[in-house]
Amino acid sequence: MERIGVFLCHCKLIPPIDTGRVFEAIGNKPGVVYAADYEEMCMAPGLERVKEAIKDEKLDGVVLTSCSPALYEETFRHIVTSAGLEGYQMVVAELKGQDGAKEATQRAIEAIESALERLRMSRPTVSSRVPITKRALVIGGGIAGIQASLDIADAGYEVILVEKTPSIGGRMIQLSETFPTLDCPQCIETPKMTDTGQHPNIKILAYSEVEGVSGNIGKFKVKIRRKAAYVDWDKCNGCGICQERCATKALAEFQQYLDLPGKIAHRKAIYIPFAQAVPMRPVIDREHCRYFTKGKCGLCEMACPVGAIDFSQQDSFVEIEVGAIIVATGFDLMPKSEIAEFEEDPDIIDGLEFERLLCPAGPTAGKVIRPSDGREPKEVVFISCCGSRDPEHGVPYCSRVCCMYLVKHALLYKHAVPDGQAYIFYMDIRTTGKGYEEFIQRAVEEDKVLYLRGRVSKVFRDGDKIKVWGSDTLTGKRVEIACDLAVLGMAMLPSEGSKELAVKLSIATDEYGFMTELHPKLCPLESTVPGIYLAGCCQGPKDIPDAVAQGGGAASKLLSLFSQDEVILEEAAVS
Amino acid sequence: MRVEISTKRIYSDFVKKVEEINGQTLPPCYQCGKCSAGCPMSFAMELLPNQIIRLVQLGLEEDIAKSNTIWICASCITCSLRCPRGVDLARVMEALRLITMRKNIDHVKISEIPQETIAELPQLAMVGGFRKLTA
Ligand SMILES: Cc1cc2nc3c(=O)[nH]c(=O)nc-3n(C[C@H](O)[C@H](O)[C@H](O)COP(=O)(O)OP(=O)(O)OC[C@H]3O[C@@H](n4cnc5c(N)ncnc54)[C@H](O)[C@@H]3O)c2cc1C
Ligand code: SF4
Ligand code: SF4
Repeated sequence: MERIGVFLCHCKLIPPIDTGRVFEAIGNKPGVVYAADYEEMCMAPGLERVKEAIKDEKLDGVVLTSCSPALYEETFRHIVTSAGLEGYQMVVAELKGQDGAKEATQRAIEAIESALERLRMSRPTVSSRVPITKRALVIGGGIAGIQASLDIADAGYEVILVEKTPSIGGRMIQLSETFPTLDCPQCIETPKMTDTGQHPNIKILAYSEVEGVSGNIGKFKVKIRRKAAYVDWDKCNGCGICQERCATKALAEFQQYLDLPGKIAHRKAIYIPFAQAVPMRPVIDREHCRYFTKGKCGLCEMACPVGAIDFSQQDSFVEIEVGAIIVATGFDLMPKSEIAEFEEDPDIIDGLEFERLLCPAGPTAGKVIRPSDGREPKEVVFISCCGSRDPEHGVPYCSRVCCMYLVKHALLYKHAVPDGQAYIFYMDIRTTGKGYEEFIQRAVEEDKVLYLRGRVSKVFRDGDKIKVWGSDTLTGKRVEIACDLAVLGMAMLPSEGSKELAVKLSIATDEYGFMTELHPKLCPLESTVPGIYLAGCCQGPKDIPDAVAQGGGAASKLLSLFSQDEVILEEAAVS
Repeated sequence: MRVEISTKRIYSDFVKKVEEINGQTLPPCYQCGKCSAGCPMSFAMELLPNQIIRLVQLGLEEDIAKSNTIWICASCITCSLRCPRGVDLARVMEALRLITMRKNIDHVKISEIPQETIAELPQLAMVGGFRKLTA
């Protein structure tokens, strides 16, 4: 390019720049014939000026600076093309940071130089029109993925919903009741799960995982591994006789591996994960099944009235083509063992384990017991920020839901054990949602939940009791509580395997593995790859209302893509 | 020393008595400190008004007894008027004073004070000296 123009934008958002120095530094770069600066170039008058200069100066290449290329590139492209240039003849350089004027000027010069370099390398692109395959892939069948699938399917498009576990439902279906209104997930989520299962436009591939992805927006090719369930799901009618007959017990994923007296939380080696499972189909756990471990058994095979058990089944693969993808792979909790000063003990449990103990449809039918001896705990200590907000030992971020679920736990515990006492250790109580602060106040006033402000230094067994050592910074006292059960509000982490999945999808994650949105404020639903959207806790910790809102939002982004027939893809021309 | 927090302590007779006399329960206080911020006497208090409430919440009677706060309180009810949670702090202070007075613990033996001094002392100062441990 021989006639390059450089347009320097400055506004109050970027540190003051010595424009004179910038012009001096870039003025003698090869090809640069014009340079101008403008306050708020991103606004209409500034854009008009860029357009005029391109025409008047007969420019054949432009470098524009911006505080956020991701946000402004599109706008700039419109202006540049309307002035007769093509997309490849423009490069946007990023200017931002909190430096002083001197550093900022130097950084601006470097950014512009590198943009000039890119412009020099830039070659005409050929744009190809790709017809959009109007079928969507949703990865993860938690509430966010369910909401997204239903919205897309209701709009008339086909959805393939891939879920890693044998049933959709995600974490929500494990919960007892949900804050702040205390509706039970079995009542409010099950209808959505059933709708998803029965929707003519949705195909659920449960017990499956994404193996590989290729292609671009409009046309992705996805290979999916269907894990061997050792049950022919087409023949199976979900009667459950197999799991009744099976004589081998194992700790249950759905019950968070709770080991309760009388093994009441165990499942069988062949199991349907929970009563409302969708699809209602069993899988065999090879690790425990006697047929696989001992080489003989087959009780389920004999019991099955339709002959669906198939010990020879292998993993199988399906390949599908979709136009866009929504990732909704949710979260896991940080393992309790990450906190060295808290002992490992059956009566020191995490939030999801306590949900199972509180759940009316859970293994204890909602009766709160101590896992160690089955007794009703009379004093329970709840501990906030376990691993969260601890940049030195855990993660620096706030997990956003533990403040609320711990107080929900305290309140539900009081309802289950009216003569019990709940204590909550906290650093700050974060109740930003609608009705949340009122919920806390209610628990404090009506259920006499006692908050103690401070972190806990030690949780350990002392005879029959669990001792909790902490502090109450409000009185400046070191405190000790001898309780029967301690519940830890462990930090939320991206679900296991999300990093690997992100690599397969070529989307970015942050250092913890949460999937990165295109822009933290203005593009919270888009991943860093066009045509791949994010919903729910895979993007960051959030509660159910936010996960549902994001699921719906991601679906509507996808639907606006599907409302077009083709996408224009630009690729550098091969010369 | 670790203070043991238990139901015995947080529902102790002391806590019950404070609640009974002042006519309301104290859990609602969320320790914002508004009361202490506006208290015209807090400059002279060993513990701030909000700390007194916190100590009642935890049933830590001894700590309250050791501090001069409840006797410095001027009962101006600024705190009660401003509390965002509707805690009538001035009444709590009064309840704490009553509980302390009713214990009939004299800090000064009247028989040991010379007659002349007694004659000069105002009544209020005498009562103060007896039971309140304020000079
Ligand atoms: C103890 C506890 C109590 C809570 N209580 C409440 C409450 O009362 N109210 C409230 O609003 N919120 C509550 N929450 C938060 C709530 O659980 C989440 O907001 C919600 O579950 C997020 O939904 P999601 O769909 O994003 O993720 P998830 O529920 O985690 O669902 C993700 C789904 O994706 C699947 N998956 C994961 N990886 C893959 C993969 N690679 N391929 C395919 N599938 C995959 C998972 O198996 C799962 O089914 C609570 C959280 C905890 C920990
Ligand atoms: S939500 Fe509350 S408990 Fe959880 S990390 Fe944030 S502040 Fe801590
Ligand atoms: S103003 Fe009310 S809520 Fe705030 S600290 Fe004082 S008593 Fe507690």
